[in-house]
Amino acid sequence: MLTILFDGIAYGMLLFVLASGLSVTLGLMNFINLAHGSFAMAGAYITVFLVNRLGVPFFVSLPMAFLASAAIGFLFERTLYTHVYRKPHLDQVLFTIGLVFMSVAAADYIMGSSQVFVQIPKYLQGQFEAFGIGIGRYRLLIIVLCGLLTIALQFILAKTRFGSRLRAAVDDSRVARGLGINVNWVFSLTFAFGCGLAGLGGALGAEILGLDPTFPLKYMIYFLIVVTVGGTSSITGPFLASLLLGIGDVAGKYYVPTLGSFVIYTIMIVVLIWRPQGLFARAASR
Amino acid sequence: MLPPPIAIRVATEWLSARARWQPLEVVFWLAAFAAIWLFPNRHLILTEIAWLGLFALSLDLILGYAGIISLGHAAFFGLGAYTAALLAKYEIVNEPVLALLVAGVAAMALGFVTSFLVLRGSDLTRLMVTLGVALVLRELANRYGWLTGGADGLQGVSIKPVLGLFHFDMFGHTSYAYCLIVLFILFLIARRLVNSPFGLSLMSVKGNPLRSSAIGISVDARLVAIYTLAAGYAGIAGALLAQTTSFASLEVFSFDRSADLLLVLIIGGTGYLYGGLIGAIIFKFMQDYLSQLTPQYWPFWIGLVLVVIVLLGRDRISSWTAPFRRVAAHLDWRALVRRFSASSGEGRSS
Amino acid sequence: MTVALETINLVKRFSGIVASNNVSLQIEKGARHALIGPNGAGKTTLINLLTGVQKPTSGRILLDGEDIGDKTTHERVRLGIVRTFQINQLFNDLTPLETVGLAVSERRGQGLDWWRIVGSRPDLIAEVVEILERFRLTDVIDKRTGVLPYGKQRLLEIAVAIACRPRVLLLDEPAAGVPEDERHEILAAVETLPKDVTVLLIEHDMDIVFSFADRISVLVNGALFVEGSPEEVARDARVKAVYLGEELPDA
Repeated sequence: MLTILFDGIAYGMLLFVLASGLSVTLGLMNFINLAHGSFAMAGAYITVFLVNRLGVPFFVSLPMAFLASAAIGFLFERTLYTHVYRKPHLDQVLFTIGLVFMSVAAADYIMGSSQVFVQIPKYLQGQFEAFGIGIGRYRLLIIVLCGLLTIALQFILAKTRFGSRLRAAVDDSRVARGLGINVNWVFSLTFAFGCGLAGLGGALGAEILGLDPTFPLKYMIYFLIVVTVGGTSSITGPFLASLLLGIGDVAGKYYVPTLGSFVIYTIMIVVLIWRPQGLFARAASR
Repeated sequence: MLPPPIAIRVATEWLSARARWQPLEVVFWLAAFAAIWLFPNRHLILTEIAWLGLFALSLDLILGYAGIISLGHAAFFGLGAYTAALLAKYEIVNEPVLALLVAGVAAMALGFVTSFLVLRGSDLTRLMVTLGVALVLRELANRYGWLTGGADGLQGVSIKPVLGLFHFDMFGHTSYAYCLIVLFILFLIARRLVNSPFGLSLMSVKGNPLRSSAIGISVDARLVAIYTLAAGYAGIAGALLAQTTSFASLEVFSFDRSADLLLVLIIGGTGYLYGGLIGAIIFKFMQDYLSQLTPQYWPFWIGLVLVVIVLLGRDRISSWTAPFRRVAAHLDWRALVRRFSASSGEGRSS
Repeated sequence: MTVALETINLVKRFSGIVASNNVSLQIEKGARHALIGPNGAGKTTLINLLTGVQKPTSGRILLDGEDIGDKTTHERVRLGIVRTFQINQLFNDLTPLETVGLAVSERRGQGLDWWRIVGSRPDLIAEVVEILERFRLTDVIDKRTGVLPYGKQRLLEIAVAIACRPRVLLLDEPAAGVPEDERHEILAAVETLPKDVTVLLIEHDMDIVFSFADRISVLVNGALFVEGSPEEVARDARVKAVYLGEELPDA
């Protein structure tokens, strides 16, 4: 059972890294970006390409996946997304669904439709025993890396000037503008960073989550669950929600295999009924 | 100031004119029915357009008239499809029209039960919840494969003749007439409904729910009512699919279906009932054309269409459907005043 | 005297802030009662509590002696307690004809009628036209509410409330934001309200308050401060002090 807990935590932390960008985007610009998973997929495929085809070392490919996804995100944000911010939610949904379809088809065309795997280094494969639980090496890496990322995120938000600008802009963008904070620039950078994180998460997660062109569609619901259950006003909310979701999904699939994801969806629906603003969100000021 | 009797007559005329059948509407339906005889070799695609149009119409009822964004409308569609298919396969209800009604009722029941989920919460919450419901159903259908046929779909379904008289053939002749008649009847009901006081209250709820409750409208009750009805319509559309193809599979619940549906409705425009029908026509022909060009990658083009529509602006796109939108357009008040003043012998106009 | 609307020890707390502090108010049937007080005194909160938009932390609300505390907003409207909003809450895409028509149709219990066509009942339309005429809205009867000038929208706000045939009407700053030269229209509309309708008026415009009200309550920091006839309130030094922000004499 502890193994399940361990796997669940790894899964949850991965989900957090993947979904954190989406959480900030939603909280900052009230923008529903259903195409978030596409950026994760981009990072994953880039890593596959770098490691499998070009022989780039795994740990080098990770930051490259981050940068590539961030760059793509920045480009898309400046050229396309800016036009859609002020549009009603329905338009944002349609727009990002369109992007998802395009990215799925593009991935299918470029990389083929079968599932691919990253050739992870030998020393990351397999498990070892510790305290009576089987600890997957790769999963341990995920926990460590994602944990470090979470701490770094929290640090950036809480201690740096950019972080305080970001928090101000999330809290009330009009006032933030009035204080001279360039909210558009903050947002572009944040969006790019979020896409970068998604790409990194995708690269890390390809091994566990399975990578094929339908990735953005398969995992869209998970990211949305993290964001809606965790709320958008903090880091800790989505973090806890991701852990809950990760552990719940792994445990659910193990103990009640006949129902699988059904458990997750039902929990999500129940939570949203009970607390439409999310389990961990403060009451929205808007 | 207008003398009251004239004002009343003008107002009456002005309001009731909107519910009257416009010439373009008559042409539309005449053409649709004429296609039964004029285009026999296109009946298969016309059948698809018919039930897709009904499906889009059902989404228009909740999205265009009540303002509920749903990413999981396929839940009701799929339930209707499986209900009809199972009723036929196990010969529980042999007559298709009866099975259609049962499927509609089943979908309405699901709609009623899940309607409470969309009453509260923001757009995002509604999106999530509706998506979640559709995914749950898909999971259930997947797990209970012994009943639903699982990923391979439900095999061995054979549909008996409609009313015992009209066999389903592989050219779609019966299918098209059947679907078109069902669509037309349900359209008539919906048309009546949106032009009624209830319909007006829905539009007020969509526009300003706070104000609606402040004039005594139970917002929740109205939303539940329209959501349930729309679910029933979607279920019947799904049943039509199952009956005309003798098949049902998991993808009736898929996200793709719900997303495509949004596109269909958006192309045609929301809020005037014909949007779903026009959108269905355009979408189906577009899909037909594109999947001949690039059979595997046509979702790319669909996605591109979505992106372009949003970037260009939905209102600009729907401006070309203006002739149909004039169905709901307002008459010229001043002209009416002059007409009624003149006819009652009073030369004054306001 | 018959009490049309009464609150008993009404309290509303919002995480630390007491917006309504033990408000016990009695409004006579047919009264013209004004509620005044500095900004932030809790006047709109009180209206929200009375209409069910917000739930009180404790206390009771009685309409004609009946406790309506557990009734929803729309149920209270059906029972006869109707409000207008300080910031216009109208249907921007509907015309005044449709807006008032909707209110009348709902009141007459035809809201669930899904078969009849709107506009097929001349008696209903007669009533709608009559209301619109009373509020001088017939010249914009067919215009989208969203394009109407602010003053007309404000009048429509009141007209819609009247169309619900309230027993108790709560007017939340009806003249707010209306240009000086159009205020008399609002005042005229308020003065022509039927005599048997009980009116609670929240206003800042003292001309309107003193010409309209036969009784005034002053709300300060969520609590009822002073209550009396217009002359009594106008003379009260404490009221002046509160409005001018002066130190209160030890009361």
